[in-house]
Amino acid sequence: MKAFTSFFKQLRQYPSAVVGLIIITLLLTVSVITPIMIPYSEAIRLWRGGEDLWKENPRNAWPVWYNWFTAKDLPATIVFHSVDGDGDVVVNQLSADTREALYTFEFDFPYDEFPPELILFANAAYSVKQPHIEMTWLTPDGREIRAGEFAPGPSSSFRFAQDSRLQRRLERETGIDGVPAEKGLFDDPNQEGLQPLNGTYQLKISTLLFEEDSNVDLTFVSYGLVHGMAGTDHRRRDLMIPLLWGTPIAMAFGLLAAVGTTITTMSIAAIGVWYGGWLDATIQRLTEVNAIIPLLPILIMVGTFYSRSIWLMLGLVVLLSIFGLSIKNYRAIFLQVRELPYIDAARSYGASNMRIVFRYLIPRILPLIIPQIVTLVPTFVFLEASLAVLGLGDPILPTWGKVIQDAYSQGALFNGFYYWILEPAMLLMMAGLGFAMVGFALDRIFNPRLREL
Amino acid sequence: MSQEALKLNIDTESIESSSRKARSQAVLRLVKYTSGRIVALFFTVVVGVYITVLIANMGGYVDDIRRGQIREGVALSASLDPTFRQLPEDERTKIIEERVAIQEARFGLDQPFVVRSLRYLTNALTLNLGFSEGLTSDSGSRLVSNIILERLPSTLVLFGTANLILFFLSLFLGLSLSRRYGSFFDKLVLGLAPTSAAPGWFYGLFLILIFSGLLQLLPFGGMVSAPPPENPIDYALSLMEHMILPVMATLLSAVFLTIYNWRTFFLIYASEDYVEMAKAKGLPDRMIEQRYVLRPTLPNIVTSFALLLITLWTGAIILETVFNWPGIGQLYFRAIGIYDTPVILANTVVYAYLLSLTVFLLDFIYALVDPRVRVGEGSKGR
Repeated sequence: MKAFTSFFKQLRQYPSAVVGLIIITLLLTVSVITPIMIPYSEAIRLWRGGEDLWKENPRNAWPVWYNWFTAKDLPATIVFHSVDGDGDVVVNQLSADTREALYTFEFDFPYDEFPPELILFANAAYSVKQPHIEMTWLTPDGREIRAGEFAPGPSSSFRFAQDSRLQRRLERETGIDGVPAEKGLFDDPNQEGLQPLNGTYQLKISTLLFEEDSNVDLTFVSYGLVHGMAGTDHRRRDLMIPLLWGTPIAMAFGLLAAVGTTITTMSIAAIGVWYGGWLDATIQRLTEVNAIIPLLPILIMVGTFYSRSIWLMLGLVVLLSIFGLSIKNYRAIFLQVRELPYIDAARSYGASNMRIVFRYLIPRILPLIIPQIVTLVPTFVFLEASLAVLGLGDPILPTWGKVIQDAYSQGALFNGFYYWILEPAMLLMMAGLGFAMVGFALDRIFNPRLREL
Repeated sequence: MSQEALKLNIDTESIESSSRKARSQAVLRLVKYTSGRIVALFFTVVVGVYITVLIANMGGYVDDIRRGQIREGVALSASLDPTFRQLPEDERTKIIEERVAIQEARFGLDQPFVVRSLRYLTNALTLNLGFSEGLTSDSGSRLVSNIILERLPSTLVLFGTANLILFFLSLFLGLSLSRRYGSFFDKLVLGLAPTSAAPGWFYGLFLILIFSGLLQLLPFGGMVSAPPPENPIDYALSLMEHMILPVMATLLSAVFLTIYNWRTFFLIYASEDYVEMAKAKGLPDRMIEQRYVLRPTLPNIVTSFALLLITLWTGAIILETVFNWPGIGQLYFRAIGIYDTPVILANTVVYAYLLSLTVFLLDFIYALVDPRVRVGEGSKGR
């Protein structure tokens, strides 16, 4: 315990190590909390879910906080669910079977840009006679625009931009040829060109129901250019899911791979040094062969031909690093340790070879190993991301690397969706820097020769 | 008096002849050492490639693909033959089976796996991997070796440049920082060293974002502008313009850690007793640096650079993909995308060759700079 506190006292002298430790703690906390908040199966369902699951999210929306940095106020997503009692509803019984439900969705639009999409989802329940929907759009300056009419099926959607009659009407209204509905509906007619008119808009939806049991659930979405704390991707998914879930995956992969490779390499070096002879020679030659086998290409081949499971990759990384070049470094250290008197003492009391290797040789250099493990973690975190960027990421799990790959393959840099790459990249960078900074400080603490340099 | 002069003369002569002898011996040892390394490296390449072949063929996966292709090809060519279509059903299957068997024998698929794997090994080592399954070279060839050889120069240009700059820059800066130890720049490099945890492609993304996306100063990727300039000077300028970002990305991913490592290394060596001795003798700083610090650390510098190169080589695959650089790394990425087995295999072999070539070159330089090899003493104790 005393050694522990004095160790922390030493570590505190390195400000970068303190920052690194805070980052690591933060990442580990996220890794623990995320699987509790969003269980594994739920995360997979959300990540693998198609458009249906995410239909109320905009495509490629910036995170909400992007608005703090822009001069223009970008629209957020506005959603009305008739099932949840959003908006006003008035029901008129027109005849024995026929009734009219008049929904009024009223919302404020204080933004400086147009929304990218407007959709009305309508799920109608009926046996023979299909209900009918008519929509009217009321602008803040009191204009009334007939927005469209359609007969909803059990699961139908009305995309305002795809209604040609609405478009013709809006062309007349705005005087601009080919104006898209989501712009025309919000346009200020008193201003030159397309400028959104701020104020309170109303969408009146009259649903005519021709059967007693007939019913229509309405969902109106005015999609935003910003959405959620992390933004959305090209499949409307909330990026928060992969960003959060990527943390435990990256941590698990990085830590397991770093510990696994270091421990195995060190053990092999110790065994080679202790037994010597042909065993040592074989290990040496294998190390040389291993240096020539390119690790990433082999991982790529296995990923292409067999499986892309992250755990298989992890196993393979450890397996291929067993005879890594660091064996040479460990060997040099063990060669010195072997000659120390306490080893002779152990031998004289009759300790077995294995006992000497695992109870005397290896514990001796453990302090040297810890910085090594910590500095290796980022390498493997980035290796996972590299594989994902090559399209060889785990097919099921949401990871940081996969977000980068999605973004890159969708031309996020070219199209200006910078948040899409920057968010996972920042997390990767944080993980990398956190571990590297702590590793550096540990290296100085454990290797006194470096301390004053 | 004259006798003594004669004696002296003989002495200098014998010294000269013995030094000549020593030199020829040193050259001999060097040749012996290098040829030994070549043989050893060749065997390691053979073993490495054989392991690669084994992985690529594990479970006969590649063979299954090949068999499927043969069957498909035979069935297709048979169905185009009008006389064949008139034959009865069982007759047709019999003919197809026969033709498939002939083709399989032609590709050696009827032989046991060990024999086949050895044949794959020799083919792989000579890059004689036949035709690609989908990719073509820019000149339209589908020969795997053509596709790869066509792209090798662009990879070598990019990584040769980047690594040479990295080597000399970090050596120079490392040395100068070890002189100015404790200064602001020294502390800056110390603070920036952890940034080397991220690979080059990662910095590439940021660089593209800043210089191509936001500032629109440099191209997003590629090797030369399209269409390629006719004039060789314009061509070279365009190539250089496209090379700025990938080279910068490579440098960013390694330079600070390398400078830091070498600075620390020089500092440790600068506190050795013999350096103190040289200082006490009053030798100029420059001489101390060159003779007493740089000279004995040179072998270590070469080895550590070899290790750095190896990681950079494999990182090249993604860096080229990110920068759309038409080298073998990007080829690899494309081959993965369409499961082009021969190209993937050949690429892995080329990487094995590149790695071993790197190791060999650095081994050779090591032999030149390490006095133990020339003097022939303790060369095993590396």
